[in-house]
Amino acid sequence: MALRLKQIRRAREGSPWTGLWAVVAKEMADHLTSVRMRILEVLIALTAFGTVYAAILRLRSTVGQDPFLFLRLFTTEREPLPAFVGFLGFLVPLVAIALGFDAINGEFNRRTISRVLAQPIYRDALLFGKFLAGFFTLALVLTTIWLLVMGLGLLTLGVPPRGEEVMRSLWFLVATIFYGGIWLALALLFSIVFRQPASAALASIAVWLFFTAFWGMIADVLAQVLRPVRFGFPQEVLAQAQLGLALTRLSPNALYSEITLALLHPTVRALGLLLPIQLQGAILGTPLPLRQSLLLIWPQLTGLIAATILLFALGYVLFQRQEIRA
Amino acid sequence: MAELVIETKGLTKRYGDLVAVNGLNLRVKKGEVFGLLGPNGSGKTTTILMLLGLTEPTAGTVRVLGFDPVRQPLSVKARVGYLPEQVGFYDDLTARENMFYIAKLNGLRRDEMYKRVEQALEQMGLTDVADRRVGTFSRGMRQRLGVAEVLLKQPQLIIMDEPTQGLDPEAAREFLEIIHNLKAEGITVLLSSHLLYQVQEVCDRVGLFHQGRMVLEGTVKELAQRVLGSAYRIRLKADGPVPALEKALRDLPNVVRLNRSDTNVYELEAKSDVRAEAARAVVEAGGKLLGLDIEEPNLDEIYTRYFSEQG
Ligand SMILES: Nc1ncnc2c1ncn2[C@@H]1O[C@H](COP(=O)(O)OP(=O)(O)OP(=O)(O)O)[C@@H](O)[C@H]1O
Ligand SMILES: [Mg+2]
Repeated sequence: MALRLKQIRRAREGSPWTGLWAVVAKEMADHLTSVRMRILEVLIALTAFGTVYAAILRLRSTVGQDPFLFLRLFTTEREPLPAFVGFLGFLVPLVAIALGFDAINGEFNRRTISRVLAQPIYRDALLFGKFLAGFFTLALVLTTIWLLVMGLGLLTLGVPPRGEEVMRSLWFLVATIFYGGIWLALALLFSIVFRQPASAALASIAVWLFFTAFWGMIADVLAQVLRPVRFGFPQEVLAQAQLGLALTRLSPNALYSEITLALLHPTVRALGLLLPIQLQGAILGTPLPLRQSLLLIWPQLTGLIAATILLFALGYVLFQRQEIRA
Repeated sequence: MAELVIETKGLTKRYGDLVAVNGLNLRVKKGEVFGLLGPNGSGKTTTILMLLGLTEPTAGTVRVLGFDPVRQPLSVKARVGYLPEQVGFYDDLTARENMFYIAKLNGLRRDEMYKRVEQALEQMGLTDVADRRVGTFSRGMRQRLGVAEVLLKQPQLIIMDEPTQGLDPEAAREFLEIIHNLKAEGITVLLSSHLLYQVQEVCDRVGLFHQGRMVLEGTVKELAQRVLGSAYRIRLKADGPVPALEKALRDLPNVVRLNRSDTNVYELEAKSDVRAEAARAVVEAGGKLLGLDIEEPNLDEIYTRYFSEQG
């Protein structure tokens, strides 16, 4: 199969991206005018407004003392509301899934697929165009929210953000967009696998739920089974904890929360297990420079992106092999 | 010899054990209207998908307008219009918006795009409804919108899969008229249908499909001649002495068969158009000619007869 694909690829005329931007433009226009997206946008905006406003009420007292005041906008919680990042952790997957779950099966159900693919474009352009359109829409929505939060902070806190804060929150924005990308790629994959959009949406949400609610527990149990602590040696405890952590990191949610942690809390010096030896020479409580924090999250960020590419590639292969009769 | 627009050699498509298209040799000439006819599941759609490069053949070769759809799908699809079976549109968009999208996929420049879209809408009589959501369109309007969209790329060849399916008789007749006009513009048309009688008028040549094979090919007349033995059926109504009239008609050259279906109605099967001779014969035998009709050979009949003979 792979060989045959390669042969076709070599012999194919023209660029696989012919027509890509036409697809992106149409799909983005669809997303931005759809009722589905309107509802989700309003939902996110309200959440952002509510949580950030609550944060501001608490932060007012510390203006002038906290060097990372603007980052606190995202992370400060005020009972009963969790912090904004907490909400993003599940709103972003929701939006991403909403952008992708009927991408391909929708074309089949409307019987537009054969008409579109009878135009001088490759399937690549349709699939990648749909992904990009979802990705750009996600980026647009999240950037708007980011601006809203920063603007709100500027107005109410009365101090401008420092360059470091802007940069850190921008990186946080980028990471959030890529976190959405992985769920978008998953929804797109399911939209190829399942003919019914409802099945694709449910399957996507099931995966999300699995990682959000169950994977942490399962990782713990697996670690206990695979690396049991028999004699109580520190090495055993360490091995178990390390395996547990590695397994946990298979979840995009875990990767994303580590990224948020390192970016929005500059004092975090390491992710995961911290051995005393790693703390030698470090002054606890001093913030890390942005460069160091970025180095810290680099594996997590590239992991998210790699998983996105993997899911997309899987969808691509399946889509290339699909019979397109309506 | 006229230029070949479509040429396939030994074209075959297998789905597992099932052979959907079996060793098809199809040749369609420029400017022709060719009908792929056959019952459900006989391989018409599969053939069309292979012609467009939307499905890969298992074996055999295809040339469409001189291009190989497997290797050069973009060249083929830029020149060939395709109207799929039960054509679908983005129901939330207007007719015009749907067409803009297709125009952009074809890489048309802005000014050219506006010009061609208006022209095509006009040609299909859709200008008045161009800004209505396609969701509100009737089946017939969708079908015409499908043709309008196909015209955007100014195709040399248009392939239509079951274009008259689901249309009422009036709309179907109008649609066949559209095909006539396309042919008049010099566009080659390949259409498929399982309603043989509906398309036989519009097709220059037809190929009859059966279980993945093209079992018969030619003009409707040729097929009638081959299968029914005689291509012309003449209905003649005349008063007068029956035995004398019967003998006179039977003795006409080229007449193969004679039936009397009513006291004064005679049905002739002949190898040529013998209407003039028949009229003279009736008068000479002392009869009074009341009516004279020629019946086109019927594809349904050809098909039925062919398969009853094949067993
Ligand atoms: N993806 C597929 N997998 C397996 N078999 C298939 C597939 N697509 C088509 N077939 C089979 O191939 C045969 C030919 O199908 P095709 O759609 O070409 O027929 P058709 O002449 O267009 O029929 P219809 O008049 O119903 O449209 C059928 O028996 C069909 O069941
Ligand atoms: Mg068919």
